[in-house]
Amino acid sequence: MSDRDLAIVVEGLRKKYKDKQALDGLDLTVRAGTVQGILGPNGAGKTTAVRIMSTLLRADEGRVEVAGIDVRTRADEVRSRIGLLGQNAAVDEELSGRQNLEMFGRLYHLGGRRAGARADELLEQFGLTDTGTKAIKQYSGGMRRRLDLAASLISRPQVLFLDEPTTGLDPRGRTEVWNAVRSLVGGGTTVLLTTQYLEEADQLADQIAVINRGQVIAEGTADELKTKTGGDRIDVILHDVAQLERAAALLPGAVDKDEDRRMVSASISNRMVALTETVRALQEAGIEAEDIAVRRPTLDEVFMHLTKEEAA
Amino acid sequence: MTATHHAPTTAPVSTTHGSGSKLSWAFADSWTMTRRELAHWARQPVQVVVGLVFPVMMLLMFGFLIGGGKGVEGDFTSYLVPGMLTMTMAFGLEATMLSVTQDLGKGVIDRFRSMPMNSGSILVGRSIADMLQSVVGLAVMIGVGAAIGWRWNNGFASFMAAVGLLLLLRFAMLWIGLHLAMVAGKPEMVQAVQILVWPMAFLSNAIATPASMPAWLGAVVEWNPMSATATAVRELFGNQSAAGDSWAATNAELLAVAWPVLLVAIFFPLAVKRFRDLSR
Repeated sequence: MSDRDLAIVVEGLRKKYKDKQALDGLDLTVRAGTVQGILGPNGAGKTTAVRIMSTLLRADEGRVEVAGIDVRTRADEVRSRIGLLGQNAAVDEELSGRQNLEMFGRLYHLGGRRAGARADELLEQFGLTDTGTKAIKQYSGGMRRRLDLAASLISRPQVLFLDEPTTGLDPRGRTEVWNAVRSLVGGGTTVLLTTQYLEEADQLADQIAVINRGQVIAEGTADELKTKTGGDRIDVILHDVAQLERAAALLPGAVDKDEDRRMVSASISNRMVALTETVRALQEAGIEAEDIAVRRPTLDEVFMHLTKEEAA
Repeated sequence: MTATHHAPTTAPVSTTHGSGSKLSWAFADSWTMTRRELAHWARQPVQVVVGLVFPVMMLLMFGFLIGGGKGVEGDFTSYLVPGMLTMTMAFGLEATMLSVTQDLGKGVIDRFRSMPMNSGSILVGRSIADMLQSVVGLAVMIGVGAAIGWRWNNGFASFMAAVGLLLLLRFAMLWIGLHLAMVAGKPEMVQAVQILVWPMAFLSNAIATPASMPAWLGAVVEWNPMSATATAVRELFGNQSAAGDSWAATNAELLAVAWPVLLVAIFFPLAVKRFRDLSR
């Protein structure tokens, strides 16, 4: 892969706040035109990494290139090629959606007339034309976030940073933002997205880097991560919760028990073998099952597994 | 949500960098930032009016309800109006601080900093807008003062000099406000400053005379930058003054220039450093 195909290159990034090592040797490469998910718990260093990549913060050590340009030495050139959606909706709440977009357009040095035209274009693109003249504080959470996203697209950035774009939104707002992000990807924009929601990374990202304590602890597609850690799982839902312990004893390895759902589940290596053996063992023991299913692990389980592994 | 999303074309909107000097973009960006504040006024006329009415209310309350200052002999209105003009300028500190902490808290300043604009324009735009607002505030207060019988007696040049000193004090307060806003970071902290501004304002000769206070307190009051401005402005307007014969009182005009200049010399570099350190 040539360097030209890489939209983001991060090498050995370190950043320390007073007493906390927020980033501790972070490495990352993102191919142009893809969506990179950065998955990690609160305090893992996601926001710090985004702030450094988007020129807001200076790293203590390490190198970052965005669109082939060093963020430290040529910050202004990087700034005209990126868009940033921070954790808060960073718009002027007193002004209308259109006023916001026009103001940001002027500050991107589009000039007054083009800034106005671009504002109208974006309002239409994000379905906000009707509310364009209302003050932002009257917007719903999802609308506000969409306007925020529109503002980060004014200069048609090559690289777009989305820092926890759906945190604090209701499910409807989340779907709105997801749809908006998906529609961008076809156009060749590279998107780097941080999230605490595994589902979000699964839904939107081509590649996922799992970070914890300022380092990447696993990388790959959602499928690769699922395969890499623990493989498939078998879930058995019982008819009678009283038989939970006996059923658990029949399954291989470490078994998760969920009394509320009358379910036992375990990690397995071979789907067919596990399924037939489990059915036979349950029949022999006279345990009635309502449902038996073999499935891939959820990213939640992957994440638990990875962080547990790291702590060990 | 309507299904009107289009993928953006890959061609970036060319930002007109390189054409035009950096300096002309700095002016353009500062003007955009100033216009942002003017747009706030247009969208929130009620808030603007409330902001203007508050000092007017104070003036009328002290002028008519209380109707006299501690130790002030003779025409109280003549003493009070310059004092209240000074206090209005000093209270501008809060307005500046509040706007900046709000922008910081909501991440608007981060957005500006992630854009290829001249980042100093964020501070310049704020300064111009706040100074414009203060000019309007002064004009209203002077108008109301004139309506309740206050007069200036020393001609146009002295009048303008007095206005200049008042705005100079406001300019110093602006940079203190910018610095404190970036130190505090959050709008909640502004309340603490708002409470502290009051004793600072009343520990001046804006309303009462230093002679009416215990000697040690009177000395503190005479050296308060606000007192210097108030005394100098009273003299320039040809109004009732109750300054004593201490060095600070007899050199009020010198101090009314020196204090704000000193404060700006301290807080301008501090604020700029704080602003740059946002990337630390």
